[in-house]
Amino acid sequence: MGRNRSRLIAAAAVVPAVFLAVFFVYPVATVMWRGLGDGGLAPLRDLLDSGRTRDAIWFTLWQAVLSTLLTLAVALPGAAVVARSSARTQRVLRALVTIPFVMPTIVVAGAFTELFTRFGLDDGTIRLRHTVWAILIAHVFFNYAVVVRTVGSFWAGLDARMEDQARVLGAGRIRTFVEVTLPQLRPVISAAAAIVFLFSFTSFGVVLVLGGPRQATIETEIYRYAVVRTDFTSGAALAAIQLIAVLTLVAVATRLERSRPLTVSTSHRATVRRSPVGLAANGTLAATLLALPILVVVERSLTVGNAYGLDNYRALGTRLSMLPASATDAIQNSLVAAVSATLIAAVIGTIAALVVVHGRGALRHVFDLGLTLPLGTSAVTIGFGILIALDEPPLDLRSSWWIVPIVHSLVGIPFVVRTMVPVLRRIDPALHEAAAVLGASPRRVRREIDLPIASRGLLVGASFAFAVSIGEFGATAFIPRRADTLTAPQALFRLLSTPGELVRGQAMALAVVLMGIVALAVFAIESVRGTHEGSL
Amino acid sequence: MWELRDITVQFGTTTAMHEVSLTISPNEILVILGPSGCGKSTLLRVLSGLQPPTAGEIWIEGSDATARPPHQRGIGVMFQDPTLFPHRSVGQNIAFGLRMAGVDASTQRRRVDELLELVDLHGFAERGVENLSGGEAQRVALARSLAPEPSLLLLDEPFAALDRTLRDRLVSDLPEVLDSAGTAAVHVTHDHDEAFAIADRVAVMSDGHLLRTAPPAELFADPRTETVARFLGHTNIVGDGRDRRVIRRDAATIDPAGDMEATVTASVFRGDHHDIAVVGALGELRFRLTESAAVGSVVRLRIDPTRVAPLSGD
Repeated sequence: MGRNRSRLIAAAAVVPAVFLAVFFVYPVATVMWRGLGDGGLAPLRDLLDSGRTRDAIWFTLWQAVLSTLLTLAVALPGAAVVARSSARTQRVLRALVTIPFVMPTIVVAGAFTELFTRFGLDDGTIRLRHTVWAILIAHVFFNYAVVVRTVGSFWAGLDARMEDQARVLGAGRIRTFVEVTLPQLRPVISAAAAIVFLFSFTSFGVVLVLGGPRQATIETEIYRYAVVRTDFTSGAALAAIQLIAVLTLVAVATRLERSRPLTVSTSHRATVRRSPVGLAANGTLAATLLALPILVVVERSLTVGNAYGLDNYRALGTRLSMLPASATDAIQNSLVAAVSATLIAAVIGTIAALVVVHGRGALRHVFDLGLTLPLGTSAVTIGFGILIALDEPPLDLRSSWWIVPIVHSLVGIPFVVRTMVPVLRRIDPALHEAAAVLGASPRRVRREIDLPIASRGLLVGASFAFAVSIGEFGATAFIPRRADTLTAPQALFRLLSTPGELVRGQAMALAVVLMGIVALAVFAIESVRGTHEGSL
Repeated sequence: MWELRDITVQFGTTTAMHEVSLTISPNEILVILGPSGCGKSTLLRVLSGLQPPTAGEIWIEGSDATARPPHQRGIGVMFQDPTLFPHRSVGQNIAFGLRMAGVDASTQRRRVDELLELVDLHGFAERGVENLSGGEAQRVALARSLAPEPSLLLLDEPFAALDRTLRDRLVSDLPEVLDSAGTAAVHVTHDHDEAFAIADRVAVMSDGHLLRTAPPAELFADPRTETVARFLGHTNIVGDGRDRRVIRRDAATIDPAGDMEATVTASVFRGDHHDIAVVGALGELRFRLTESAAVGSVVRLRIDPTRVAPLSGD
């Protein structure tokens, strides 16, 4: 039976392999070829000669460093609070901080735009709009959850008696933290920092909307070359630089993650120590940072002139001149695309996860590595690659509706794989043996034991894929906007770039609808997920 | 001299310690004996200052220390696991408390060497802690606790995770190490053999209450209540109502003139003795005999009255 199964798995591996080869490897390779191979290194040299490009590269780097440091400074106290809460509180807190993380970038960008307008920070003595500060604040907002979740869970698992020991030996609270706790947290903090850096480095929607015309990163420059100026060669050369930088980062991040020590036993958790002052201070900070932008958007969406009303929501059904379809149609497009993308990601991702867990030798390693790549590759590179690679028969996807769900599923597949792999690994051989001894046939075992466990993991991964698809902006930005391909985030982007009170009101209403859909997906994830599972 | 006065600790609605009063004299080893969940670990946390009591006072050397933070109490703690700091060498682990106290580097080094000598780990200072064996790690933990010369050492089942041979060795070494360090100790365990081996006095705890405190021999010979008797490993509790007695397992000898007739139901050879179970007029009893007795045979036993003690109600 073992041999049969491994043959079956090898055969099934063809499906994800072909899918990824056609829709990911080929487009990305085309970008590399166009940028670096086709015309020699000349386009690259020209690009690097221009001050604009060099500025963009430099800016991309330092804003990412600053975003990472700021996020750590704000989120580490939050991680401490999570680490010291009871298991149930931890679960609620983690669900709450996850909402911003999966919030569509463009919604967040819109929220901060509105926040600045609301508090008079557009102009005047403190101007945040179209400054690097706006970008940094939004990056902290997004990545807060990454740090709180990864560091918080690890911290909660540390042996609290180690700290007790240090205190008894004469170290005060601060000294204990610096001398004993921090060194143990260092690997997980580095891993979280690497992820935050990667996200900030490849951030696109936030920079495009909040940075305004003057703050350009590599991502927005690729977009400018490819979409605005249709200079595919320069765009490709820049994308190649980006890809190399990102791959290096992913390699470093993976290494850091590997060197992370296994979580220590949780049996010696500290008796929950709450410092009311610390909790209140952290709570206020987190609430301000996380909830204020959301509240401002909700309030503005309900504001009609000087009163409150639902007019902005009603207006979503009417098509505005700058859009090829109404906002309601765009939401519908997004939902249909997200459901399709989720189904594709679930099927491809599950097969891929099975290959990673049960496959043999080389096959399993290739899949393991190959499947994290779409997660590391920036959405802009993927979208751009599909734009320039899949533009002629037999695969002229640009004119097809399928392009949206396919692009979205590429971003969703790694989420499915990453949640499924640990779940499949956890299906304990001992359980199989126990069930077999109790008289269950292999097929029965699979139905009674494996399926319920695996389906929970799949549900979590699929919900992530769904949330990501609903909010996807970077890759979709490269897809021609037509009535049937216009997604809600693209519509929102157009609305946000159009001045006017009425349009802004509608933009906020659309943002609220998007947030609501994503929030539902997050709560689905958190209610399925147990207390001590994966940290992403 | 340490003193607990009517210490009560509550977690929500559960009471982990109930009006416990206790004194610990200098150089004394006090063993707290009780089943898991009886409140003995909470007692250690209260002594260390990691757990503030809900009510009651702690006095150290004649001054009220109830609110004194852990790092100012002059104590050492050893847990069931060594909890060595993983990112430091053996020497750095031992020196941690000295460094916190602001002791200069050369004194630290000298003291680390002294302590390594004391726990029989000479030359281990530069080693990492990851590759130590369980016994070595626990001895490093002991050295680390003793380094700042605490006036009281708290031991929370420090040998429970070790294998039998190693545990016996460390248990027999501990009193000598503590004595040469001049430190009083409170040692928590659920193992009565371990308690008898090292204790100057044993305190029996159950359900948050301190039942009885006495030197080991006195306690064993006269446990007074059935609960205490059972914690100490006694199984032969006979009689009912007001007339209850505990018969030590070494109280019986086979003697044709003995006044107890019983049927042997089990017999296990233990090398230097036999563990036998008998059923007679007093019910099932277990004894430790020098001679063997065949299962199923009827024997006459003589009970040494000095090894029988009366029990009062609990």
